[in-house]
Amino acid sequence: MKYFISLLIGISLGASLFAAGMYFNPFAEQVTVSPLAVSDDEHLDLTFTSVPGESILYTDNGESIINTHPDRVAELWEPAVVDTRVAVILLNDSRGQPAGLGIKFSSDSEQTALINSQALVNSAWHIYIPGEGTMLVDQIENYWAYLREIVIPARWSSGDNWKGSFFRIMTQGPGALGTARVTGGTGNFSGMTSEAVETLTARAYSAIEGPVSMNGSLTITLPQVISEIE
Amino acid sequence: MSRLGKTFIFGIFLGIVGAGALTYTVPAVDLHREASLISVQTNGGNAETYRIDLPRDRILVGLPAQEASLPAELKWPGEEVFGNLQAEMFKVRDRNDVVIGVASRLASASEATGPFIEWAVHLPARGTVYLQMDLAPSPEGHRNGVLTAGTRDFETLSGTVIEQFITDLDTEEYDVDGRIELITAFIGPLGDEE
Repeated sequence: MKYFISLLIGISLGASLFAAGMYFNPFAEQVTVSPLAVSDDEHLDLTFTSVPGESILYTDNGESIINTHPDRVAELWEPAVVDTRVAVILLNDSRGQPAGLGIKFSSDSEQTALINSQALVNSAWHIYIPGEGTMLVDQIENYWAYLREIVIPARWSSGDNWKGSFFRIMTQGPGALGTARVTGGTGNFSGMTSEAVETLTARAYSAIEGPVSMNGSLTITLPQVISEIE
Repeated sequence: MSRLGKTFIFGIFLGIVGAGALTYTVPAVDLHREASLISVQTNGGNAETYRIDLPRDRILVGLPAQEASLPAELKWPGEEVFGNLQAEMFKVRDRNDVVIGVASRLASASEATGPFIEWAVHLPARGTVYLQMDLAPSPEGHRNGVLTAGTRDFETLSGTVIEQFITDLDTEEYDVDGRIELITAFIGPLGDEE
């Protein structure tokens, strides 16, 4: 019996060591310098709130800690969309003035591999910029750093919250340099293909209500022909 | 080292290897999939119909007039920011009326760079399609469009789409007054086994 108990304690300790190794993995750091920083092309910078309650509309399966917004919005409870979140967001320009509308579809990715520090989300932005046109931004985001540095510490905290300074590039693909793929739709963006990067800046998170103070930014390169039109 | 100590060490090793194997082999995300209801076209490519039942599949209606927007209590920025943009968001069903994704439809008749109507259809287990529609309906009453871009399963495809609005439905569902159908006809690149 004592051998069996010793084995069980050993297995528990081994599993805990593995989990700790995965959590504290020093090689899991995401890049904080945008791959677009070396691009000569002009950029379109859009900023937005990442707090669901401050967006125009946010919905998910209704089971998460984050409240859908507004209250009576339809929830995505059906099996095929239960891991999907939709946010309709007012996009601002770099001066904080309204610049357009963004509809973001995000679904958990089956490529998620926690052993590789990858908590992946497939997301697509459907964007309209008045006076400019429309576009689709397709990206793979990695939320590992967000979970490790914000969500889990908030749950561990006696006050059920996290406060600090967090900045990460969330985009991890599908572009070869870890950039999102942009396809222009109408207006000045018609026929355009380019790249984009989404970043997240967080200052406060509640384990009970979700994001409290969080902002996102979308940087889209504008190929020369579009820049000249501008 | 005693036998008890060796058992303990073996347990630790087993725990590390077991947890590693479990994390590596068991998928953290396993999306629900409905069987694709695709038919093969006579001239090549695949045809698939996406349905949106109204009003039950409507998630958002953003109109220049704030009071006409849905859902209730939605604070739509309106005409001041978006002009006469009409933004809608829906759940999307397959031919068997099972929800398989979500979609957004943006339309503007007086956008400075030209009027437009377009869709983004997001199917979580398959990818997203970006569709540009003709402004004028066809003589048959539907609206034609093209696939501008696709992601993941749709990435290499090209093709066309028909958008039609059906009002005379033979359905017993109490919350279905009309239906939008998106009938896609997508084809893979030359040499693709599709």
